[in-house]
Amino acid sequence: MRLPPREHELIDRSKTVTFTFEGEPVRAFAGDTIGSALFAAGRRVFGRSFKYHRRRGLLCCSGQCPNCMMTVDGVPNVRVCVRPPREGTVVKAQNVVGSLDRDLMAVTDRIGGPFTPVGFYYKTFIRPRWAWPYYEKFLRNAAGLGKLDPHVTERRRVDHEHAHAEVLVVGGGQSGLEAALAHARAGRQVVLIDEGPEPGGHQLANRERIMTMRSLAAETAQAGVEILPFARAIGLYEGNLVPVDRGSTLVKFRAETVVAATGTLEQPLVFAGNDLPGVMLPAGARRLANYWSLRPGERAVVLTVDDRGVETARELEAAGVEIAEVVDYRERVPRSVVAKGRKQVRSLTVDGKRFDCDLVVMSGSPQPNYGLLAHARARVEFDPGRGIFVPVELPPGVEVAGEASGDVGSPAVPPPSHGEGEGKSIVCFCEDVTTKDFKDAVAEGFDSIQLAKRYTTATMGPCQGRLCHLNAVRVAARETRTDEGTIGTTTARPPTSPVSMGLLAGRPHEAAKRTSMHHRHKDMGATVFWTGSWRRPHSYSADPQAEVRAVHESLGVIDVSTLGKLLVKGPDAGAFLDRLYPNRFSDLKVGRIRYGVLTNDAGRIFDDGTVARLADDEFYVTTTSTGADGVFQWFEWWNAVWHMDVELANVTGAVAAVNVTGPNARKLMERVFDGDVGNEAFAYLDAKRGHVAGVPALILRIGFVGELGYELHFPSPHGEHVWDALFEHGAEWNATPFGLEPQRILRLEKTHILVGQDTDAESNPLEAAMPWIVKLDKDDFIGKWAIEHVQERGLRSLLVGFEVPSGRMPVEGAQVVVGGKSAGRVTSVRYSEQVGKVIGMAIVPIDLSGEGTTFEIRIGGELDQAVVRTQPFHDPEGAKLRS
Amino acid sequence: MSFLLTCPHCGPREVEEFRCAGEVTTRPTERPGLRELNEYVFFKNNVAGVHREWWYHRHGCGTWFLAERDTTTNRVVRTELPA
Ligand code: FES
Ligand SMILES: [Zn+2]
Repeated sequence: MRLPPREHELIDRSKTVTFTFEGEPVRAFAGDTIGSALFAAGRRVFGRSFKYHRRRGLLCCSGQCPNCMMTVDGVPNVRVCVRPPREGTVVKAQNVVGSLDRDLMAVTDRIGGPFTPVGFYYKTFIRPRWAWPYYEKFLRNAAGLGKLDPHVTERRRVDHEHAHAEVLVVGGGQSGLEAALAHARAGRQVVLIDEGPEPGGHQLANRERIMTMRSLAAETAQAGVEILPFARAIGLYEGNLVPVDRGSTLVKFRAETVVAATGTLEQPLVFAGNDLPGVMLPAGARRLANYWSLRPGERAVVLTVDDRGVETARELEAAGVEIAEVVDYRERVPRSVVAKGRKQVRSLTVDGKRFDCDLVVMSGSPQPNYGLLAHARARVEFDPGRGIFVPVELPPGVEVAGEASGDVGSPAVPPPSHGEGEGKSIVCFCEDVTTKDFKDAVAEGFDSIQLAKRYTTATMGPCQGRLCHLNAVRVAARETRTDEGTIGTTTARPPTSPVSMGLLAGRPHEAAKRTSMHHRHKDMGATVFWTGSWRRPHSYSADPQAEVRAVHESLGVIDVSTLGKLLVKGPDAGAFLDRLYPNRFSDLKVGRIRYGVLTNDAGRIFDDGTVARLADDEFYVTTTSTGADGVFQWFEWWNAVWHMDVELANVTGAVAAVNVTGPNARKLMERVFDGDVGNEAFAYLDAKRGHVAGVPALILRIGFVGELGYELHFPSPHGEHVWDALFEHGAEWNATPFGLEPQRILRLEKTHILVGQDTDAESNPLEAAMPWIVKLDKDDFIGKWAIEHVQERGLRSLLVGFEVPSGRMPVEGAQVVVGGKSAGRVTSVRYSEQVGKVIGMAIVPIDLSGEGTTFEIRIGGELDQAVVRTQPFHDPEGAKLRS
Repeated sequence: MSFLLTCPHCGPREVEEFRCAGEVTTRPTERPGLRELNEYVFFKNNVAGVHREWWYHRHGCGTWFLAERDTTTNRVVRTELPA
């Protein structure tokens, strides 16, 4: 199949790789793409069309059309004509039932049936309503582009990067290179991006021009232009932002000047059978011959409106293709054109004259590729003389170079569209929209191009209108008996071509955070999981209950470094906190701790934590782990508004924290702490400074998990040292590390809330059952008015503890049901060994919130009984905390 | 949104470095009625044109500042520290 070695071919015949297609091995040369290697192996059918499952072959060979999409190594919708194979690459056909050559769904092409009429989505699967689920099943199978394999575990990591360029040139063809060179010579910093492996554009497929292009590229690089290959511009956004897809990186370029040197898009001609395999665009045929030394066909007919077709005919002849006829529309526009063939084109009949052929090259007038310019709101106008749309007014900071400007060389005649009659004339290759569909759409009243587009779905497929927008406008103009200028264009929006979700979901600005003791957790066998941006231990063994037991019976240690930690300092510090919290802090004694929730002016809880007074003018505030940044910003914001005499510092990362808890916690503290830890000297809710294992520390005596506990705050760099010391000295009491899961069980036994888990965007402190932390006698605080209104209207719901006598476990989020209707929800639930029951918290209607009241919750599909418990399940009096 | 914003402290930066906290509102000085409260908390003017809004230099110096921005074009008229 290969031609003898040709000058300038892109393949290296001394190197081969082997991949598989549908399980069969295929050999390729270095420089081949999957598509070219399959073509070399004799394959002509590369895909099945979206709706009618018509056979489709290579059309553009430049990654622009939908025809050659296959599933490569489990990733669907890969254009194989531009994807090089690697050793062992697994390639599969898609959108077929059966095989590419015998696709069972192809009956839809012949029998018509429900798929045929335009707007079938809107018309067909409407009634009866009960059948919708079946319709959906059927449609999902029949339609769609490829399948995502949920078992493909290849995890592509995408990074997002920012870059700046004085001039960003998009497109590395001749005019792009020349523009880049000119800007670089004028002393500007220039980056040029190109989709292919090397710049040169379509001239790389032109044997006479290829060396000129290569030396131009070398000269441009020498002038200091940074040339990025395999880089695809996704769009042009405001402020000249151009996100560039580089495979595993999304580079967001911000440029002072963007030069669109995006060239033209070759356009198909519209005639019956124009989508048969073997009907190609000029570049497709040329690339086969010149890049990969393949003969695109034995005998060809060329249909052209410009010089491209004529040149292509010459090049094909040089590759040994017999040219049966060149039909030059500039001399005479034929009245009818019909291509025939089954597996591929076999003949072309022009005005009744039949040519046998296995290749038809069609060259409609090339359309300037103005997509990027249109994103930037350049004005685009129809040029009736040439039958193309050209950009006419550019926004500031945006330039256009070369053919994209409409400077497309020799004048062409506007191509006609040859309508139906003998088979389907495809307007939109992606969505299988025919000239007849447009006729029907217009007849049904969808006569504006915007409506016709949505109704027929033309231009809405993977090529994003590249190959069909112009023809769609043309056909619409014909059907509505107006002209293309009146019809106008559809709105071009980014992205210019399909973008994988994975690329956009690249890693966020904040990287994963680990505490200073992270490696110790790993060494001790912790299972680590994400909580917000933190990586934290879930538990250290397969049995979180064992860790709970250790805390209740002896001694547990948990890393709580993720807590937000803020310092509030200054003469106004107390007054400042009084204004931010419903609770009061100005009267807190130095060395004491008080709990507080934060509310916004809607009276809704958004965070909670403890506040310790370190000095008259200094407070140490902890927040939830996920709330640290938000609370700090909130404090800073109000400080910017109020201008009080306070200073704020976020010391979250600088300070590590460990909670030492359990009946033996004091014994351990006696060993490692250099102060008095007797219950008199260091009482519950006291805050003391001192040293732990020689490290300066602030100790808060609090009890989130319900046992005697000390929270040690100390400089992060000493994390591992302190952690090790606690386990060394705690060995006697079998000190046990515990993770987040056991902590959740422990705190639930105390019905201590987790903000965001047991509260939501509607929760206020009164209905969250915390009236004691609201001091409505204060003059003002953020949220006061709204909470007062809640109090005046009366409580409607309440957050309560509950147990499930049946022992069955509802899911978190399960409905609380009253009279068959949802009336609340379960916010937390766990099995507690200590209590011997399934326990939880739920938001219930106020009249069901009394101690011992029974209410219904949904477990699985059924209703079960839960009983309200208003007291903590464990140590209700708090005796252990105070012991 | 994609434009440059000038932090009064750090100078022009990518807008992604900042957090926008919405239009400047005035907190009532006296306890409002339920209606006024809801208006203050939930209703924004949502101007099509130039308005004043809060910004926070999140991935930078951590300054809260005010910007006058045209919401229809994203042209930033000016930025300043709160008085
Ligand atoms: S032939 Fe591969 S995209 Fe057109
Ligand atoms: Zn700044």
